Amino acid sequence: MSLTPPSTAAPAVTAERPAGTGQAVGSPAESPPAGKATKTGVPRTALPRLSSLLRYLRRVSGLVAVVLLWWLGTGQGWLGSTTPSPSAVWNAGVELVRSGDYAHHLLVSLGRVGKGLLFGIPLGILLGLGAGLTKAVEDVVDAPIQAFRMLPHLALAPVFIIWFGIGETSKTMLILIGPVFPLYINVLHGIRGVDNKLVEVARSCGLGRWGLTRRVILPGALPQILVGLRQALGIGWLTLVVAEQTATTSGIGYLMSDAREFLRTDVMFVVLVTYALLGVLSDLLVRLLERRALAWRRGFAGA
Amino acid sequence: MPRLLSKHAAVPPPPVSADRPSAPGAPGRAPAPDGTHNGVRVRGLSRGFDGRAVLENLDLDIAPGEFVALLGPSGSGKSTLLRAVGGLDGDPDGRIAVPERVATVFQEHRLLPWERVWKNVTLGLGGGLLRERAVAALGEVGLADRADAWPGTLSGGEAQRVALGRALVRTPQLLLLDEPFAALDALTRLKAQQLVERLWEQHRPSVLLVTHDVEEALLLADRAVLLGDRTLSQEFVVDIPRPRPLDHPRFVELRRQLLLGLGVDPDAGTATAQNTDSGKASS
Repeated sequence: MSLTPPSTAAPAVTAERPAGTGQAVGSPAESPPAGKATKTGVPRTALPRLSSLLRYLRRVSGLVAVVLLWWLGTGQGWLGSTTPSPSAVWNAGVELVRSGDYAHHLLVSLGRVGKGLLFGIPLGILLGLGAGLTKAVEDVVDAPIQAFRMLPHLALAPVFIIWFGIGETSKTMLILIGPVFPLYINVLHGIRGVDNKLVEVARSCGLGRWGLTRRVILPGALPQILVGLRQALGIGWLTLVVAEQTATTSGIGYLMSDAREFLRTDVMFVVLVTYALLGVLSDLLVRLLERRALAWRRGFAGA
Repeated sequence: MPRLLSKHAAVPPPPVSADRPSAPGAPGRAPAPDGTHNGVRVRGLSRGFDGRAVLENLDLDIAPGEFVALLGPSGSGKSTLLRAVGGLDGDPDGRIAVPERVATVFQEHRLLPWERVWKNVTLGLGGGLLRERAVAALGEVGLADRADAWPGTLSGGEAQRVALGRALVRTPQLLLLDEPFAALDALTRLKAQQLVERLWEQHRPSVLLVTHDVEEALLLADRAVLLGDRTLSQEFVVDIPRPRPLDHPRFVELRRQLLLGLGVDPDAGTATAQNTDSGKASS
Protein backbone atom coordinates (compact mmCIF):
# COMPACT_ATOMS: atom_id res chain seq x y z
CA MET A 1 0.00 0.00 0.00
CA SER A 2 1.69 3.10 -1.19
CA LEU A 3 0.29 6.41 -0.18
CA THR A 4 1.04 8.85 -2.93
CA PRO A 5 1.56 12.32 -1.49
CA PRO A 6 -1.39 14.35 -2.66
CA SER A 7 0.57 17.40 -3.78
CA THR A 8 2.99 15.61 -6.04
CA ALA A 9 0.41 13.99 -8.29
CA ALA A 10 0.84 15.36 -11.76
CA PRO A 11 -2.10 17.45 -12.89
CA ALA A 12 -2.04 15.85 -16.32
CA VAL A 13 -3.91 12.78 -15.16
CA THR A 14 -7.52 13.14 -16.10
CA ALA A 15 -9.88 11.58 -13.68
CA GLU A 16 -12.41 10.61 -16.27
CA ARG A 17 -11.61 8.54 -19.27
CA PRO A 18 -14.20 7.75 -21.91
CA ALA A 19 -15.24 4.30 -20.87
CA GLY A 20 -14.26 1.49 -23.15
CA THR A 21 -12.63 3.61 -25.83
CA GLY A 22 -9.17 2.90 -24.51
CA GLN A 23 -6.26 5.25 -24.35
CA ALA A 24 -5.98 6.06 -28.04
CA VAL A 25 -7.90 9.32 -27.80
CA GLY A 26 -6.46 10.29 -24.43
CA SER A 27 -4.25 13.32 -24.14
CA PRO A 28 -0.61 12.62 -25.00
CA ALA A 29 0.45 13.88 -21.57
CA GLU A 30 -1.30 10.93 -20.03
CA SER A 31 1.74 8.69 -20.05
CA PRO A 32 1.18 5.98 -17.44
CA PRO A 33 3.18 6.60 -14.24
CA ALA A 34 2.58 10.30 -14.10
CA GLY A 35 3.31 10.63 -10.41
CA LYS A 36 7.11 10.63 -10.61
CA ALA A 37 8.00 14.21 -11.27
CA THR A 38 7.97 16.74 -8.46
CA LYS A 39 7.67 20.45 -8.81
CA THR A 40 11.17 21.21 -7.63
CA GLY A 41 12.87 18.51 -9.63
CA VAL A 42 14.51 17.01 -6.54
CA PRO A 43 14.80 13.24 -6.87
CA ARG A 44 11.78 11.77 -5.28
CA THR A 45 13.50 9.50 -2.78
CA ALA A 46 15.59 12.19 -1.08
CA LEU A 47 12.76 14.54 -0.26
CA PRO A 48 10.55 12.30 1.91
CA ARG A 49 13.56 10.98 3.80
CA LEU A 50 14.64 14.49 4.73
CA SER A 51 11.15 15.60 5.63
CA SER A 52 10.50 12.50 7.72
CA LEU A 53 13.74 13.13 9.60
CA LEU A 54 12.64 16.70 10.27
CA ARG A 55 9.29 15.45 11.40
CA TYR A 56 10.93 12.98 13.75
CA LEU A 57 13.11 15.70 15.25
CA ARG A 58 10.07 17.88 15.70
CA ARG A 59 8.29 15.12 17.56
CA VAL A 60 11.18 14.54 19.92
CA SER A 61 11.81 18.23 20.50
CA GLY A 62 8.87 18.69 22.87
CA LEU A 63 10.00 15.87 25.10
CA VAL A 64 13.59 17.11 25.12
CA ALA A 65 12.36 20.56 26.13
CA VAL A 66 10.47 19.10 29.09
CA VAL A 67 13.54 17.23 30.32
CA LEU A 68 15.68 20.34 29.89
CA LEU A 69 13.20 22.41 31.87
CA TRP A 70 13.22 19.77 34.59
CA TRP A 71 17.01 19.87 34.70
CA LEU A 72 17.06 23.64 34.82
CA GLY A 73 14.29 23.70 37.43
CA THR A 74 16.08 21.41 39.86
CA GLY A 75 19.37 23.24 39.33
CA GLN A 76 17.80 26.62 40.07
CA GLY A 77 15.65 25.30 42.89
CA TRP A 78 12.34 26.22 41.21
CA LEU A 79 10.93 22.78 41.98
CA GLY A 80 11.76 22.69 45.67
CA SER A 81 14.78 21.24 47.38
CA THR A 82 13.67 17.59 47.41
CA THR A 83 12.97 17.21 43.68
CA PRO A 84 15.71 15.07 42.16
CA SER A 85 17.42 16.15 38.98
CA PRO A 86 17.13 13.98 35.85
CA SER A 87 20.65 12.69 36.42
CA ALA A 88 19.83 11.65 40.00
CA VAL A 89 16.74 9.84 38.73
CA TRP A 90 18.82 8.18 36.04
CA ASN A 91 21.31 7.00 38.63
CA ALA A 92 18.59 5.67 40.90
CA GLY A 93 17.09 3.88 37.91
CA VAL A 94 20.40 2.30 36.98
CA GLU A 95 20.87 1.18 40.56
CA LEU A 96 17.40 -0.37 40.66
CA VAL A 97 17.99 -2.18 37.38
CA ARG A 98 21.36 -3.49 38.56
CA SER A 99 19.93 -4.93 41.76
CA GLY A 100 17.22 -6.73 39.79
CA ASP A 101 14.46 -5.07 41.84
CA TYR A 102 13.25 -3.06 38.90
CA ALA A 103 12.71 -6.02 36.61
CA HIS A 104 11.01 -7.97 39.40
CA HIS A 105 8.52 -5.25 40.28
CA LEU A 106 7.91 -4.30 36.67
CA LEU A 107 7.15 -7.88 35.71
CA VAL A 108 4.69 -8.23 38.58
CA SER A 109 2.92 -5.04 37.53
CA LEU A 110 2.87 -6.02 33.87
CA GLY A 111 1.41 -9.34 34.90
CA ARG A 112 -1.38 -7.64 36.82
CA VAL A 113 -2.24 -5.28 33.98
CA GLY A 114 -1.93 -8.07 31.45
CA LYS A 115 -4.29 -10.33 33.37
CA GLY A 116 -6.81 -7.56 33.89
CA LEU A 117 -6.76 -6.42 30.27
CA LEU A 118 -6.77 -9.97 28.97
CA PHE A 119 -10.26 -10.36 30.38
CA GLY A 120 -11.37 -6.73 30.53
CA ILE A 121 -10.83 -5.87 26.87
CA PRO A 122 -12.70 -8.87 25.43
CA LEU A 123 -15.46 -8.36 27.98
CA GLY A 124 -15.91 -4.71 26.99
CA ILE A 125 -15.80 -5.53 23.29
CA LEU A 126 -18.23 -8.42 23.64
CA LEU A 127 -20.71 -6.36 25.63
CA GLY A 128 -20.45 -3.55 23.08
CA LEU A 129 -20.86 -5.94 20.16
CA GLY A 130 -23.81 -7.67 21.76
CA ALA A 131 -25.57 -4.42 22.52
CA GLY A 132 -24.65 -2.91 19.16
CA LEU A 133 -25.80 -5.83 17.06
CA THR A 134 -28.83 -6.97 19.03
CA LYS A 135 -31.42 -4.60 20.38
CA ALA A 136 -32.53 -7.09 23.03
CA VAL A 137 -29.03 -7.30 24.49
CA GLU A 138 -28.77 -3.54 24.55
CA ASP A 139 -32.06 -3.22 26.40
CA VAL A 140 -30.90 -5.59 29.11
CA VAL A 141 -27.27 -4.59 29.41
CA ASP A 142 -27.18 -0.88 28.74
CA ALA A 143 -28.86 0.48 31.87
CA PRO A 144 -26.69 -1.35 34.42
CA ILE A 145 -23.51 -0.56 32.50
CA GLN A 146 -24.41 3.12 32.30
CA ALA A 147 -25.11 3.13 36.03
CA PHE A 148 -21.81 1.40 36.90
CA ARG A 149 -19.97 3.65 34.48
CA MET A 150 -20.93 6.66 36.52
CA LEU A 151 -19.27 5.20 39.61
CA PRO A 152 -15.61 6.12 39.68
CA HIS A 153 -14.40 2.55 39.59
CA LEU A 154 -11.33 3.43 41.63
CA ALA A 155 -13.69 4.14 44.51
CA LEU A 156 -14.64 0.49 44.35
CA ALA A 157 -11.19 -0.58 45.55
CA PRO A 158 -12.26 -1.08 49.19
CA VAL A 159 -15.42 -2.87 48.11
CA PHE A 160 -13.42 -5.17 45.87
CA ILE A 161 -11.16 -6.01 48.78
CA ILE A 162 -14.24 -7.02 50.76
CA TRP A 163 -15.56 -9.10 47.86
CA PHE A 164 -12.39 -10.65 46.49
CA GLY A 165 -10.05 -10.62 49.45
CA ILE A 166 -6.94 -8.60 50.04
CA GLY A 167 -4.79 -10.60 47.63
CA GLU A 168 -4.20 -10.52 43.89
CA THR A 169 -7.78 -11.24 42.86
CA SER A 170 -9.15 -7.92 44.01
CA LYS A 171 -6.36 -6.07 42.18
CA THR A 172 -6.91 -8.00 38.96
CA MET A 173 -10.65 -7.47 39.19
CA LEU A 174 -10.19 -3.75 39.64
CA ILE A 175 -7.94 -3.55 36.58
CA LEU A 176 -10.37 -5.78 34.70
CA ILE A 177 -13.42 -3.68 35.35
CA GLY A 178 -11.96 -0.28 34.40
CA PRO A 179 -11.43 -0.80 30.66
CA VAL A 180 -14.83 -2.44 30.17
CA PHE A 181 -16.72 0.85 30.14
CA PRO A 182 -14.82 2.89 27.56
CA LEU A 183 -14.73 -0.14 25.27
CA TYR A 184 -18.43 -0.81 25.67
CA ILE A 185 -19.35 2.80 24.95
CA ASN A 186 -17.06 3.14 21.96
CA VAL A 187 -17.91 -0.20 20.38
CA LEU A 188 -21.61 0.52 20.75
CA HIS A 189 -21.30 4.02 19.33
CA GLY A 190 -19.05 2.81 16.56
CA ILE A 191 -21.61 0.25 15.48
CA ARG A 192 -24.48 2.71 15.73
CA GLY A 193 -22.50 5.19 13.66
CA VAL A 194 -22.10 2.87 10.68
CA ASP A 195 -23.71 4.44 7.63
CA ASN A 196 -27.09 2.85 7.14
CA LYS A 197 -26.78 3.34 3.38
CA LEU A 198 -23.80 1.00 3.34
CA VAL A 199 -25.74 -1.55 5.35
CA GLU A 200 -28.58 -1.29 2.87
CA VAL A 201 -26.39 -1.72 -0.18
CA ALA A 202 -24.63 -4.69 1.43
CA ARG A 203 -27.99 -6.30 2.12
CA SER A 204 -29.12 -5.71 -1.43
CA CYS A 205 -25.87 -7.33 -2.58
CA GLY A 206 -26.97 -10.44 -0.77
CA LEU A 207 -24.85 -10.32 2.38
CA GLY A 208 -26.27 -12.27 5.29
CA ARG A 209 -26.12 -11.28 8.92
CA TRP A 210 -22.64 -12.66 9.46
CA GLY A 211 -21.24 -11.19 6.24
CA LEU A 212 -22.83 -7.86 7.06
CA THR A 213 -21.23 -7.85 10.49
CA ARG A 214 -17.83 -8.89 9.25
CA ARG A 215 -17.51 -6.76 6.13
CA VAL A 216 -19.59 -3.69 6.90
CA ILE A 217 -20.40 -3.17 10.56
CA LEU A 218 -17.11 -4.15 12.20
CA PRO A 219 -14.85 -2.31 9.75
CA GLY A 220 -17.14 0.68 9.94
CA ALA A 221 -16.99 0.70 13.72
CA LEU A 222 -13.28 -0.02 13.89
CA PRO A 223 -11.99 3.56 14.14
CA GLN A 224 -14.21 4.14 17.15
CA ILE A 225 -13.34 0.75 18.64
CA LEU A 226 -9.65 1.67 18.48
CA VAL A 227 -10.38 4.94 20.27
CA GLY A 228 -12.00 2.83 22.97
CA LEU A 229 -8.97 0.56 23.10
CA ARG A 230 -6.69 3.54 23.66
CA GLN A 231 -8.83 4.80 26.49
CA ALA A 232 -9.04 1.29 27.95
CA LEU A 233 -5.26 0.91 28.07
CA GLY A 234 -4.93 4.30 29.72
CA ILE A 235 -7.46 3.34 32.36
CA GLY A 236 -5.69 0.02 32.83
CA TRP A 237 -2.46 1.77 33.86
CA LEU A 238 -4.33 4.26 36.00
CA THR A 239 -6.05 1.45 37.88
CA LEU A 240 -2.76 -0.30 38.38
CA VAL A 241 -1.40 2.72 40.23
CA VAL A 242 -4.32 2.71 42.65
CA ALA A 243 -4.45 -1.06 43.05
CA GLU A 244 -0.79 -1.27 44.02
CA GLN A 245 -0.97 1.47 46.62
CA THR A 246 -2.32 -0.85 49.28
CA ALA A 247 -1.78 -4.37 50.58
CA THR A 248 1.07 -5.55 48.42
CA THR A 249 4.81 -6.03 48.61
CA SER A 250 5.54 -6.12 44.90
CA GLY A 251 4.91 -4.14 41.75
CA ILE A 252 6.08 -0.70 40.73
CA GLY A 253 3.26 0.86 42.74
CA TYR A 254 4.71 -0.78 45.85
CA LEU A 255 8.15 0.47 44.79
CA MET A 256 6.73 3.95 44.80
CA SER A 257 4.92 3.81 48.14
CA ASP A 258 7.96 2.14 49.67
CA ALA A 259 10.18 4.94 48.36
CA ARG A 260 7.76 7.48 49.81
CA GLU A 261 8.18 5.92 53.25
CA PHE A 262 11.93 6.46 53.05
CA LEU A 263 11.74 9.83 51.26
CA ARG A 264 13.59 8.39 48.28
CA THR A 265 12.20 10.93 45.83
CA ASP A 266 14.63 9.77 43.15
CA VAL A 267 13.09 6.30 43.19
CA MET A 268 9.62 7.83 43.19
CA PHE A 269 10.55 9.68 40.03
CA VAL A 270 11.90 6.51 38.46
CA VAL A 271 8.47 4.98 38.95
CA LEU A 272 6.73 8.08 37.60
CA VAL A 273 8.88 8.01 34.49
CA THR A 274 8.13 4.30 34.17
CA TYR A 275 4.38 4.98 34.24
CA ALA A 276 4.82 7.61 31.55
CA LEU A 277 6.89 5.30 29.35
CA LEU A 278 4.44 2.43 29.76
CA GLY A 279 1.59 4.71 28.77
CA VAL A 280 3.42 6.00 25.73
CA LEU A 281 4.39 2.48 24.67
CA SER A 282 0.88 1.11 24.86
CA ASP A 283 -0.41 4.11 22.95
CA LEU A 284 2.20 3.48 20.30
CA LEU A 285 1.02 -0.08 20.05
CA VAL A 286 -2.54 1.01 19.34
CA ARG A 287 -1.30 3.55 16.82
CA LEU A 288 0.58 0.86 14.94
CA LEU A 289 -2.56 -1.22 14.97
CA GLU A 290 -4.51 1.76 13.70
CA ARG A 291 -2.10 2.39 10.89
CA ARG A 292 -2.39 -1.16 9.70
CA ALA A 293 -6.14 -1.52 10.15
CA LEU A 294 -7.18 1.91 8.89
CA ALA A 295 -4.94 2.16 5.86
CA TRP A 296 -7.98 2.99 3.74
CA ARG A 297 -8.71 6.18 5.60
CA ARG A 298 -8.08 9.55 4.08
CA GLY A 299 -8.86 11.59 7.15
CA PHE A 300 -7.52 15.01 8.02
CA ALA A 301 -4.08 14.39 9.46
CA GLY A 302 -3.16 17.92 10.46
CA ALA A 303 -1.68 20.71 8.39
CA MET B 1 -25.89 21.36 -27.40
CA PRO B 2 -24.76 18.59 -29.75
CA ARG B 3 -24.15 15.24 -28.14
CA LEU B 4 -21.01 13.33 -28.90
CA LEU B 5 -22.24 9.99 -30.05
CA SER B 6 -19.45 9.05 -32.39
CA LYS B 7 -18.80 6.01 -30.26
CA HIS B 8 -22.08 4.57 -31.33
CA ALA B 9 -21.33 5.29 -34.94
CA ALA B 10 -18.36 2.94 -34.70
CA VAL B 11 -20.36 0.09 -33.23
CA PRO B 12 -23.88 0.59 -34.51
CA PRO B 13 -26.40 -0.92 -32.15
CA PRO B 14 -29.47 -2.47 -33.66
CA PRO B 15 -32.22 0.10 -33.87
CA VAL B 16 -34.58 -0.40 -31.00
CA SER B 17 -38.28 0.03 -31.21
CA ALA B 18 -40.35 0.69 -28.15
CA ASP B 19 -41.98 -2.70 -28.07
CA ARG B 20 -38.88 -4.64 -28.77
CA PRO B 21 -38.83 -8.15 -30.13
CA SER B 22 -36.06 -10.33 -28.79
CA ALA B 23 -32.91 -8.32 -29.31
CA PRO B 24 -30.65 -10.02 -31.83
CA GLY B 25 -27.23 -11.05 -30.68
CA ALA B 26 -27.00 -9.75 -27.15
CA PRO B 27 -23.37 -10.69 -26.64
CA GLY B 28 -21.50 -12.23 -23.78
CA ARG B 29 -22.78 -13.46 -20.47
CA ALA B 30 -26.09 -11.66 -20.52
CA PRO B 31 -29.03 -13.95 -20.03
CA ALA B 32 -31.38 -14.35 -22.92
CA PRO B 33 -33.20 -11.05 -23.16
CA ASP B 34 -36.52 -12.66 -22.56
CA GLY B 35 -37.99 -15.99 -21.72
CA THR B 36 -35.92 -16.46 -18.57
CA HIS B 37 -37.94 -13.97 -16.61
CA ASN B 38 -41.13 -12.06 -16.94
CA GLY B 39 -39.93 -8.59 -16.13
CA VAL B 40 -41.49 -6.53 -13.39
CA ARG B 41 -45.13 -6.64 -12.39
CA VAL B 42 -46.41 -4.37 -9.65
CA ARG B 43 -50.05 -4.48 -8.65
CA GLY B 44 -51.89 -2.40 -6.10
CA LEU B 45 -48.77 -1.06 -4.42
CA SER B 46 -49.47 1.24 -1.48
CA ARG B 47 -46.95 2.72 0.90
CA GLY B 48 -47.28 5.35 3.56
CA PHE B 49 -45.04 6.90 6.13
CA ASP B 50 -46.43 7.99 9.48
CA GLY B 51 -49.98 7.78 8.23
CA ARG B 52 -49.29 9.85 5.11
CA ALA B 53 -49.88 7.88 1.93
CA VAL B 54 -47.04 8.25 -0.57
CA LEU B 55 -48.08 5.60 -3.05
CA GLU B 56 -51.61 4.33 -3.45
CA ASN B 57 -52.80 1.42 -5.51
CA LEU B 58 -50.06 1.75 -8.06
CA ASP B 59 -49.59 -0.59 -11.01
CA LEU B 60 -46.43 -0.84 -13.08
CA ASP B 61 -45.16 -3.28 -15.68
CA ILE B 62 -41.69 -3.48 -17.13
CA ALA B 63 -41.15 -5.93 -19.96
CA PRO B 64 -37.99 -8.04 -20.06
CA GLY B 65 -35.24 -5.89 -21.49
CA GLU B 66 -37.30 -2.74 -21.38
CA PHE B 67 -35.82 0.56 -20.22
CA VAL B 68 -38.33 2.56 -18.20
CA ALA B 69 -37.71 6.01 -16.77
CA LEU B 70 -39.72 7.14 -13.78
CA LEU B 71 -40.18 10.87 -13.43
CA GLY B 72 -42.00 12.90 -10.85
CA PRO B 73 -41.83 15.99 -8.75
CA SER B 74 -39.80 16.08 -5.60
CA GLY B 75 -41.28 13.97 -2.83
CA SER B 76 -43.68 12.21 -5.16
CA GLY B 77 -42.42 8.79 -4.09
CA LYS B 78 -40.16 7.89 -7.01
CA SER B 79 -37.49 6.46 -4.77
CA THR B 80 -40.11 4.82 -2.57
CA LEU B 81 -41.40 2.96 -5.62
CA LEU B 82 -37.90 1.93 -6.65
CA ARG B 83 -37.07 0.76 -3.15
CA ALA B 84 -40.26 -1.28 -3.00
CA VAL B 85 -39.45 -2.92 -6.32
CA GLY B 86 -35.90 -3.61 -5.17
CA GLY B 87 -37.07 -5.18 -1.93
CA LEU B 88 -35.28 -2.52 0.11
CA ASP B 89 -38.46 -1.36 1.74
CA GLY B 90 -39.78 -3.22 4.71
CA ASP B 91 -43.50 -3.50 4.35
CA PRO B 92 -45.25 -2.10 1.31
CA ASP B 93 -48.76 -3.32 0.57
CA GLY B 94 -49.49 -4.91 -2.77
CA ARG B 95 -48.02 -7.53 -5.04
CA ILE B 96 -44.61 -7.11 -6.58
CA ALA B 97 -43.07 -9.67 -8.91
CA VAL B 98 -39.50 -9.12 -9.98
CA PRO B 99 -36.87 -11.29 -11.67
CA GLU B 100 -34.48 -13.33 -9.59
CA ARG B 101 -31.39 -11.19 -10.06
CA VAL B 102 -31.88 -7.54 -9.18
CA ALA B 103 -29.09 -4.99 -8.80
CA THR B 104 -29.35 -1.39 -7.69
CA VAL B 105 -27.23 1.69 -8.32
CA PHE B 106 -27.93 4.58 -5.96
CA GLN B 107 -27.38 8.29 -6.23
CA GLU B 108 -24.35 7.92 -3.96
CA HIS B 109 -21.86 5.28 -4.99
CA ARG B 110 -22.09 3.57 -1.58
CA LEU B 111 -18.77 1.80 -1.87
CA LEU B 112 -17.27 0.38 1.31
CA PRO B 113 -14.28 2.67 1.92
CA TRP B 114 -12.35 -0.06 3.72
CA GLU B 115 -12.40 -2.57 0.90
CA ARG B 116 -10.50 -2.25 -2.33
CA VAL B 117 -12.43 -1.56 -5.50
CA TRP B 118 -12.54 -5.14 -6.73
CA LYS B 119 -13.68 -6.41 -3.35
CA ASN B 120 -16.47 -3.87 -3.44
CA VAL B 121 -17.52 -5.08 -6.86
CA THR B 122 -17.83 -8.68 -5.73
CA LEU B 123 -19.47 -7.85 -2.39
CA GLY B 124 -21.79 -10.67 -1.41
CA LEU B 125 -20.92 -12.89 -4.35
CA GLY B 126 -20.01 -16.52 -3.85
CA GLY B 127 -18.06 -18.91 -6.01
CA GLY B 128 -14.56 -18.80 -7.40
CA LEU B 129 -12.62 -16.44 -9.63
CA LEU B 130 -14.07 -13.44 -7.82
CA ARG B 131 -11.19 -11.19 -8.74
CA GLU B 132 -11.35 -12.19 -12.40
CA ARG B 133 -15.06 -11.50 -12.46
CA ALA B 134 -14.55 -8.15 -10.78
CA VAL B 135 -11.84 -7.11 -13.22
CA ALA B 136 -14.02 -8.14 -16.15
CA ALA B 137 -16.91 -6.03 -14.83
CA LEU B 138 -14.56 -3.14 -14.12
CA GLY B 139 -13.28 -3.46 -17.67
CA GLU B 140 -16.78 -2.90 -18.95
CA VAL B 141 -16.94 0.41 -17.13
CA GLY B 142 -13.38 1.29 -18.16
CA LEU B 143 -11.79 0.92 -14.74
CA ALA B 144 -9.97 -2.41 -14.86
CA ASP B 145 -6.74 -0.69 -13.85
CA ARG B 146 -8.27 0.63 -10.63
CA ALA B 147 -9.18 -2.79 -9.25
CA ASP B 148 -6.77 -2.47 -6.33
CA ALA B 149 -7.43 1.17 -5.51
CA TRP B 150 -9.14 2.33 -2.33
CA PRO B 151 -12.56 3.86 -3.08
CA GLY B 152 -11.46 7.05 -1.34
CA THR B 153 -8.97 7.72 -4.12
CA LEU B 154 -11.57 7.63 -6.91
CA SER B 155 -13.25 10.65 -8.46
CA GLY B 156 -17.02 10.95 -8.24
CA GLY B 157 -17.51 9.67 -11.76
CA GLU B 158 -15.15 6.76 -11.27
CA ALA B 159 -16.80 5.75 -8.01
CA GLN B 160 -20.20 5.77 -9.68
CA ARG B 161 -18.84 3.62 -12.50
CA VAL B 162 -17.51 1.17 -9.92
CA ALA B 163 -21.00 1.08 -8.44
CA LEU B 164 -22.27 0.29 -11.93
CA GLY B 165 -19.66 -2.46 -12.21
CA ARG B 166 -20.83 -3.85 -8.88
CA ALA B 167 -24.31 -4.07 -10.35
CA LEU B 168 -23.14 -5.54 -13.68
CA VAL B 169 -21.09 -8.34 -12.15
CA ARG B 170 -24.33 -9.77 -10.80
CA THR B 171 -25.68 -10.12 -14.37
CA PRO B 172 -28.94 -8.52 -13.27
CA GLN B 173 -32.18 -9.25 -15.05
CA LEU B 174 -33.51 -6.07 -13.50
CA LEU B 175 -31.33 -3.02 -12.99
CA LEU B 176 -32.63 -0.33 -10.66
CA LEU B 177 -31.06 3.10 -11.07
CA ASP B 178 -31.95 5.62 -8.37
CA GLU B 179 -30.84 8.96 -9.82
CA PRO B 180 -27.39 7.52 -10.43
CA PHE B 181 -26.13 10.54 -12.34
CA ALA B 182 -27.61 13.31 -10.22
CA ALA B 183 -24.44 13.97 -8.23
CA LEU B 184 -22.13 14.05 -11.28
CA ASP B 185 -21.03 17.14 -13.15
CA ALA B 186 -22.58 17.75 -16.55
CA LEU B 187 -19.78 16.27 -18.68
CA THR B 188 -19.28 13.22 -16.51
CA ARG B 189 -23.00 12.71 -16.48
CA LEU B 190 -23.17 12.63 -20.28
CA LYS B 191 -20.44 10.00 -20.40
CA ALA B 192 -22.07 7.95 -17.68
CA GLN B 193 -25.39 8.07 -19.51
CA GLN B 194 -23.74 6.84 -22.71
CA LEU B 195 -22.05 4.09 -20.73
CA VAL B 196 -25.34 2.95 -19.23
CA GLU B 197 -27.01 2.97 -22.62
CA ARG B 198 -24.21 0.92 -24.15
CA LEU B 199 -24.20 -1.61 -21.31
CA TRP B 200 -27.95 -1.91 -21.46
CA GLU B 201 -27.79 -2.58 -25.20
CA GLN B 202 -25.20 -5.30 -24.60
CA HIS B 203 -26.80 -7.06 -21.66
CA ARG B 204 -30.47 -6.19 -22.00
CA PRO B 205 -31.64 -6.14 -18.41
CA SER B 206 -34.96 -4.55 -17.61
CA VAL B 207 -34.18 -1.11 -16.26
CA LEU B 208 -36.09 1.16 -13.94
CA LEU B 209 -34.41 4.57 -13.91
CA VAL B 210 -35.59 7.10 -11.36
CA THR B 211 -34.64 10.56 -12.47
CA HIS B 212 -35.63 14.18 -12.21
CA ASP B 213 -34.02 14.98 -15.54
CA VAL B 214 -36.43 14.98 -18.50
CA GLU B 215 -33.67 14.89 -21.09
CA GLU B 216 -31.98 11.97 -19.40
CA ALA B 217 -35.23 10.04 -19.48
CA LEU B 218 -35.72 10.81 -23.17
CA LEU B 219 -32.14 9.89 -24.06
CA LEU B 220 -32.20 6.51 -22.38
CA ALA B 221 -35.68 5.14 -21.88
CA ASP B 222 -38.05 3.20 -24.11
CA ARG B 223 -40.88 4.51 -22.00
CA ALA B 224 -41.21 7.35 -19.55
CA VAL B 225 -43.80 7.19 -16.79
CA LEU B 226 -44.81 10.11 -14.61
CA LEU B 227 -45.56 9.70 -10.95
CA GLY B 228 -48.06 12.17 -9.63
CA ASP B 229 -50.66 12.14 -6.93
CA ARG B 230 -49.59 8.83 -5.42
CA THR B 231 -49.88 6.80 -8.59
CA LEU B 232 -48.62 6.72 -12.17
CA SER B 233 -50.37 9.57 -13.92
CA GLN B 234 -49.04 9.54 -17.46
CA GLU B 235 -46.98 7.41 -19.76
CA PHE B 236 -45.00 8.31 -22.87
CA VAL B 237 -43.51 5.87 -25.33
CA VAL B 238 -40.20 7.33 -26.43
CA ASP B 239 -40.28 6.35 -30.08
CA ILE B 240 -37.07 8.02 -31.17
CA PRO B 241 -34.51 5.86 -32.97
CA ARG B 242 -31.21 5.41 -31.13
CA PRO B 243 -28.74 7.04 -30.92
CA ARG B 244 -31.00 9.90 -30.06
CA PRO B 245 -30.08 13.42 -31.07
CA LEU B 246 -31.26 16.13 -28.72
CA ASP B 247 -32.60 18.16 -31.64
CA HIS B 248 -34.74 15.40 -33.09
CA PRO B 249 -38.19 16.96 -33.60
CA ARG B 250 -39.84 14.12 -31.72
CA PHE B 251 -37.40 14.63 -28.84
CA VAL B 252 -38.32 18.31 -28.60
CA GLU B 253 -41.99 17.47 -28.67
CA LEU B 254 -41.77 14.74 -26.05
CA ARG B 255 -39.67 16.95 -23.81
CA ARG B 256 -42.40 19.55 -23.99
CA GLN B 257 -45.09 17.05 -23.12
CA LEU B 258 -43.12 15.60 -20.25
CA LEU B 259 -42.45 19.02 -18.77
CA LEU B 260 -46.13 19.85 -19.05
CA GLY B 261 -46.94 16.58 -17.35
CA LEU B 262 -44.59 17.52 -14.55
CA GLY B 263 -46.33 20.85 -14.11
CA VAL B 264 -43.64 22.96 -15.70
CA ASP B 265 -44.47 25.47 -18.41
CA PRO B 266 -41.93 24.70 -21.14
CA ASP B 267 -42.44 28.14 -22.70
CA ALA B 268 -41.72 30.11 -19.54
CA GLY B 269 -38.00 30.19 -20.22
CA THR B 270 -35.19 27.93 -19.22
CA ALA B 271 -34.70 29.59 -15.87
CA THR B 272 -37.98 28.23 -14.60
CA ALA B 273 -37.28 24.77 -15.87
CA GLN B 274 -33.83 24.72 -14.34
CA ASN B 275 -35.07 25.95 -11.03
CA THR B 276 -37.59 23.20 -10.96
CA ASP B 277 -35.01 20.66 -11.93
CA SER B 278 -32.54 21.61 -9.26
CA GLY B 279 -35.35 21.67 -6.78
CA LYS B 280 -36.12 18.10 -7.66
CA ALA B 281 -32.58 16.96 -7.27
CA SER B 282 -33.13 16.54 -3.59
CA SER B 283 -35.98 14.12 -3.92
